[in-house]
Amino acid sequence: MNTTIVLFLLQDGITNGAIYALLGLALVLVFAVTRVILIPQGEFVTYGALTYATLASGQVPGTAHLVLAMGIAAFGLDLLMRRRTLRLGSVGRSLAINIILPAAILALTLALTGKETPIAINIALSLLIVGAIGLFLYRIAFAPIAHTSVLVLLIAAVGCHLALQGIGLVFFGAEGQRGPPLSNAAFTIAPLRFSGQSIAVYAVTLALIAGLWLLFSFTLYGKALRATAVNRLGARLVGIRTAMSGQIAFLLAAVIGAISGILIVPITTLYYDTGFLIGLKGFVAAIIGGLVSYPLTAVAALFVGIIEAFSSFYASNFKEVIVFALIIPVLLWRSLATPAADEEDD
Amino acid sequence: MRQRLPVILFALVMAAVPFIPGMPPFWIVLLDNIGLSALVAMGLVLLTGVGGLTSFGQAAFCGFGAYTTAVLTTAYGVSPWLTLPLSLLVSGLFAVVLGIVTVRLSGHYLPLGTIAWGLGLFYLFSKLEFLGRNDGISQIPPLAIGSLKMIAPDTIYFAIWAAVILCASLTMNLLDSRTGRAIRALRRGHVAAEAFGIKPPQAKLLVFIYAAVLAGLSGWLYAHFQRAVNPTPFGAEAGIEYLFVAVIGGAGYVWGGVLGAAIAVILKEVLQDYLPYLLHSESQLETIVFGMLLVLLLQLAPGGVWPWLMRRLPLRPDRKRADPSLVLPPRERPAAASGTLLRIEHARKQFGGVVAVNDVSFGVDAREIVALIGPNGAGKSTTFNLITGVLSASAGTISLLGRTLRGASPQDITQLGVSRTFQHVKLIADMTVLENVAIGAHLRGNAGALASMLRLDRGDEARLLAEAARQIERVGLAGQAHMLAGSLSLGQQRIVEIARALCADPVLLLLDEPAAGLRHMEKQRLAALLRELRDGGMSVLLVEHDMGFVMNLADRVVVLDFGTKIAEGTPAAIKANPDVIRAYLGAVA
Repeated sequence: MNTTIVLFLLQDGITNGAIYALLGLALVLVFAVTRVILIPQGEFVTYGALTYATLASGQVPGTAHLVLAMGIAAFGLDLLMRRRTLRLGSVGRSLAINIILPAAILALTLALTGKETPIAINIALSLLIVGAIGLFLYRIAFAPIAHTSVLVLLIAAVGCHLALQGIGLVFFGAEGQRGPPLSNAAFTIAPLRFSGQSIAVYAVTLALIAGLWLLFSFTLYGKALRATAVNRLGARLVGIRTAMSGQIAFLLAAVIGAISGILIVPITTLYYDTGFLIGLKGFVAAIIGGLVSYPLTAVAALFVGIIEAFSSFYASNFKEVIVFALIIPVLLWRSLATPAADEEDD
Repeated sequence: MRQRLPVILFALVMAAVPFIPGMPPFWIVLLDNIGLSALVAMGLVLLTGVGGLTSFGQAAFCGFGAYTTAVLTTAYGVSPWLTLPLSLLVSGLFAVVLGIVTVRLSGHYLPLGTIAWGLGLFYLFSKLEFLGRNDGISQIPPLAIGSLKMIAPDTIYFAIWAAVILCASLTMNLLDSRTGRAIRALRRGHVAAEAFGIKPPQAKLLVFIYAAVLAGLSGWLYAHFQRAVNPTPFGAEAGIEYLFVAVIGGAGYVWGGVLGAAIAVILKEVLQDYLPYLLHSESQLETIVFGMLLVLLLQLAPGGVWPWLMRRLPLRPDRKRADPSLVLPPRERPAAASGTLLRIEHARKQFGGVVAVNDVSFGVDAREIVALIGPNGAGKSTTFNLITGVLSASAGTISLLGRTLRGASPQDITQLGVSRTFQHVKLIADMTVLENVAIGAHLRGNAGALASMLRLDRGDEARLLAEAARQIERVGLAGQAHMLAGSLSLGQQRIVEIARALCADPVLLLLDEPAAGLRHMEKQRLAALLRELRDGGMSVLLVEHDMGFVMNLADRVVVLDFGTKIAEGTPAAIKANPDVIRAYLGAVA
């Protein structure tokens, strides 16, 4: 084993690991707040990446239309739920969030397409679109069954994954796409070449982790999310709208997923169904972190990335087998280390 | 027999289907697929719906079954019928290995763990040389009886549906038995199950293996139906799909698995056939619609379609009649009418820096009712948990009939004749009172899983149910015996717990706040029952906050405060004790 190869594999592993860390964090966040194991996380990655790539190529991404469609569905659902207590104020608010906001996003997208828009605008627009999809996804699919068991929520998540993946194929086609890099800069330290893109991956990951930490430690919304995570009923009793917490969690997860997608789409070609496998590796990290610990998840994600890089070099056929088999001992260790609480409050 | 009737009817209908004139052959193929999926879903019903163990990895067990027969029949020319037991064995053995690891996973680690090994195995199938890598193995011989080769979909149809109906019957038999109750008790948490001698890890491993063997059977049939195998149908997506087949149908119901399989297979087929015509598009629209319908279905019927359907049909479940003439052999009781039954010496329990029980000593004599009282947080429930082996003491000894209980498991202690109720009722809400109470007699029966599946357990089972019915009558709930435990009032549920504890034929009954939530008359009846039990030779140790109840009933009272014993004596002495008054009412100013 020579040092250059080791360093190179480490670098590769850390870059991938940083992405898994972001996804792992989003999964932990969503699970803690809503008890949903977010299988469609991978779709947020794909949607973010491919929306960005489509915008960059000067076309209108189908996701912009999807936002409006989902918004209309959410609005309809709102009206249906509140049909007995309809008041102008609440209808107006629902209309603003569910119809006017997505319509504005679509209008903005249409207005900007075809023009030479800077990368920053494309990124912002992609995040806006995918974030809104996340928001509405919770409203439509999960809010009505928020009180049911983890298993039912999980199956619903699988349903969302299937639907979103299928929609992804319709919008983006079966062809893979690449997007323009955030920066073309590159420099070399000893044998390793650092591209601007990989530096961006590290920087964004660190910034997001710090951002989440600040959000949860110092803002009222962050604390409300944590309160919902600890005890739903208790949170409601002190006036936190748990449905709102769920929407915020999904919004954050969608934005984080989209950011991850935008970060990797210049490095690797993404297909409409690539997100699933990437999301699953984020899962592996989240599981190692016990679905509760953010720092542990981040460390575990780096570990997964590095293991993946090394096994794809030394046993490329069994890369996936190794990555997924890896977590069994970890799971066992975690289960034994935290003795099973009596599952009476399910 | 009456409960068999629908199954026999269903079997006859299914047997007649291929002979319907003009039956499109394609429908038979669909029915074959439904049957294959139903077998796996049935295992998941037991594993997930009943046992509470969510598995995404069942498709991998199908893979073990399918690949075992594929390799043996093609590379070694073994007859397909000989590979059947081997396929089941391989699935079962892998289930033992994976199960030992998996069933120890707690909470959400469990489903995620199954995703992980499910994926890992899928990649393994697609990379191993002798399994044909991604191309898989083809030219698998068909099943054959004599010269009849089961090549056409309408001949293997009989093999598939015979397997489905047989397995459904075996599974229902299993659920309706001593072992079945143990499995159904798993979901309610391990403390209650262990308190009646059930060993949760073993029961979990049993259902895990059972589900894997059913999946293996489905895989074996699949291999001879398709006559080729490749890794795709054994991957993560398939594993997820089996789980939602079970959930759509109704994860707690055996026939829900079959119904779910029918819904999923037909829905997919219909969508695949008609959507392109409707929408003039070539894309995978059926996945989109399928996913959306799944979410919609869960919103309308989160419990699955089967229970939703059953509620709308005028069918009433069969009531089990208990035969009062059957009796279980009673426990041998200590001959002496007096003497110490339970002795606690210098017991101490520390949680980190908190001393919950501090150097407590007291005893319970034979034929005596002792009350353990004290303000909230005094360490009463912790003391109960020390006696019943749920917690182990940091120091001190606890002995029963002169035997030290150090290191004894809750099951051992139950076996020795200590039986308990819980402060927070731990009944299985969707089981009848009779079945709940019968769990108490778990250790007094001995029929195993195989005997239950083959209905060889009926004598044993009838005795357990008779005992349960007798105890229910004794506590005065005979009218409610066939109601679901969850539908009773909280006070009545506490009484059901007492009946369940009595079913274990204890020498010492531990009651944690039995009178909470009872009305005045009910309390008086409970006190009368406890006195009657004492006079019949049982000892009772109870924790209770209702002082009127305690002082009228107990022979002796032990008072704890902040984990320390502050007084012990007759009710009259305790009432006058200044330390006790201070503990309850604060310092006398």
